[in-house]
Amino acid sequence: MVMGRLYDLLMKDYRLREGLNACINCGTCTAVCPAAEFYRYDPRRIVDIVQSKDEEEIEKLLRSDTIWYCGECMSCVTRCPRKNAAGLIIMALRNLSIELGYFIESEKGRQQFLLTKDLCSNVLDYGYCVYPRRFDYAGHPEAGRVWEWEEKHLDDVFERLGGNLDGPGPGAMRRIPQEDRDQLKAIFDETGATERMEKVRAAGLKKAAELGMTEEEFSRMVYFTSDPKHLNH
Amino acid sequence: MIYEGKQKIWADYQKEIPDDHYFYVRSCIRQSFFPASEATFLDITRNRLGKDIFETEHHTTCGGIAYHSDTIPQETVMTIIARQFALMAKNGYENYVCSCITSFGLYCETMETWREFPELEAKIRENLWKTCKLDFAKPKFLIHASDLVYKYRNLIAKQAVHKLVNVHTGQPLRVVEHIGCHYSKMFPSKGVGGAEYPYVLVGMIEAWGGEIVDYPERRHCCGFGFRQYFIKGNRGYSISNTHKKFESMEPFHPDFIITNCPGCPYFMDRWQYVIAESTGKTYGKDGHGIPVLTYEEVAGLVMGYDPWDLGLQTHQVGVEPLLDKMGIEYDPEKKYLGKGGKDIGQPEPCICMK
Ligand code: SF4
Ligand code: SF4
Repeated sequence: MVMGRLYDLLMKDYRLREGLNACINCGTCTAVCPAAEFYRYDPRRIVDIVQSKDEEEIEKLLRSDTIWYCGECMSCVTRCPRKNAAGLIIMALRNLSIELGYFIESEKGRQQFLLTKDLCSNVLDYGYCVYPRRFDYAGHPEAGRVWEWEEKHLDDVFERLGGNLDGPGPGAMRRIPQEDRDQLKAIFDETGATERMEKVRAAGLKKAAELGMTEEEFSRMVYFTSDPKHLNH
Repeated sequence: MIYEGKQKIWADYQKEIPDDHYFYVRSCIRQSFFPASEATFLDITRNRLGKDIFETEHHTTCGGIAYHSDTIPQETVMTIIARQFALMAKNGYENYVCSCITSFGLYCETMETWREFPELEAKIRENLWKTCKLDFAKPKFLIHASDLVYKYRNLIAKQAVHKLVNVHTGQPLRVVEHIGCHYSKMFPSKGVGGAEYPYVLVGMIEAWGGEIVDYPERRHCCGFGFRQYFIKGNRGYSISNTHKKFESMEPFHPDFIITNCPGCPYFMDRWQYVIAESTGKTYGKDGHGIPVLTYEEVAGLVMGYDPWDLGLQTHQVGVEPLLDKMGIEYDPEKKYLGKGGKDIGQPEPCICMK
């Protein structure tokens, strides 16, 4: 591999250019990080690897579970004494991992298969990232007995609370006009989101075939699996 | 940190918030789970305070949740944002107020990145024209809806029917404030009061008679984490972080929690329920949880709105202990009724949490 290739690709990402200054390895980011609390995860190490420009280590990161532990809360940004943004650096690493197809190799990375399918279709089909008719109690029992009830009476609940579920005109959860959703689709096509959706989907289906699984079986595995090896405790 | 020190920080982080004329943009999560909060915001600002807050049905998601789940490129989300800004200008506005904290943080980041890399701004301008035939524009003032309620806090206090005071003891209610991470952790100067001691919710609580509770994990994330919640296998991340916050605030006996982020009230409400139902542990008194409210719900209670018009029945943690403390009258029979008194059933009861 040519020296500096992955680092150079990363440096094309504005988030890395904004997020990487000289890291002094103080570990403050790790101390405040909610992901480091839960997972075997150390944002300090990630920033250090990227700034070292060590191609082999960067490639290992791109193929690992490690870069998928972050919750993008950006708590690390406020506290870093050198104005690094570990959260932004991680976003750039994730982006490159997806571009290069490496994401599919790790358990946490391949969750992008479901996330991309679900969130992008919400955006394109409805104009929202989250849409209540697609947020089912069965899949989200933690949403509580109250959501179980709301789900059964969604139209009535929205009407009672001054919402406008799937209705015309403005208001909460209104039906976003087709012309506006067409513009979102045009933006997706123009800016690489459609291409990304196709790439992530193809990589997922290929992986499913390698594992001898149907799409349905693969999706279930990706949604439910969590190896205890990720955890801190 | 001594109190005077905090006041010094607050004085350093004052942002300019225009008094009137805003283009309003909604939040996907708040519309889904707290539609009455957005309705209350519009009712208070437009009808009670007489402000001009404009909404068009043509605005969409900002794409923030998809972006922070790493499913769409940065250029995509920036072009969607440019489209939102363009709609503002097209409708004759230059002040932009958004309901979502993820959006707010992303707008701040986007504007900052455009400032730093003008070639990227030029590219987005071109994308916007090519895809939507809209003219590029940027807001003169970018404001979160909680900033605006903060701005109006004394006007709201003047119309107060109830105070954040325990009517039985005369003592101020003890309130935990939880600020969404993306409000000011990236750009402290964009939030009222900065990142370490944001004043935006504190100011409301103080103006309405309550008392703020400090506790060790006050600035810790609620645990949403985007992909860490949407994928079932990752949800341990989410509940663990909420759990850490509740264990930390428990010794301080807060009467309720006020939030300014779409996700936080959902997670802090629902994970309390899960902790209660799976371990029997509750964080309020006598088997109750600690109610978690949006700032609009709190403003609405203070202004005398009916709790069920505010949507408090859609919280899993019961709010009745708080209503009782504030001396707010409510009809338990009407809690789960639909519009016009329609019977639409009611949720199954919880096993452990009252
Ligand atoms: S807080 Fe900043 S300087 Fe310290 S280890 Fe993290 S990134 Fe490096
Ligand atoms: S953005 Fe990621 S790395 Fe930074 S504190 Fe949050 S979870 Fe940790």
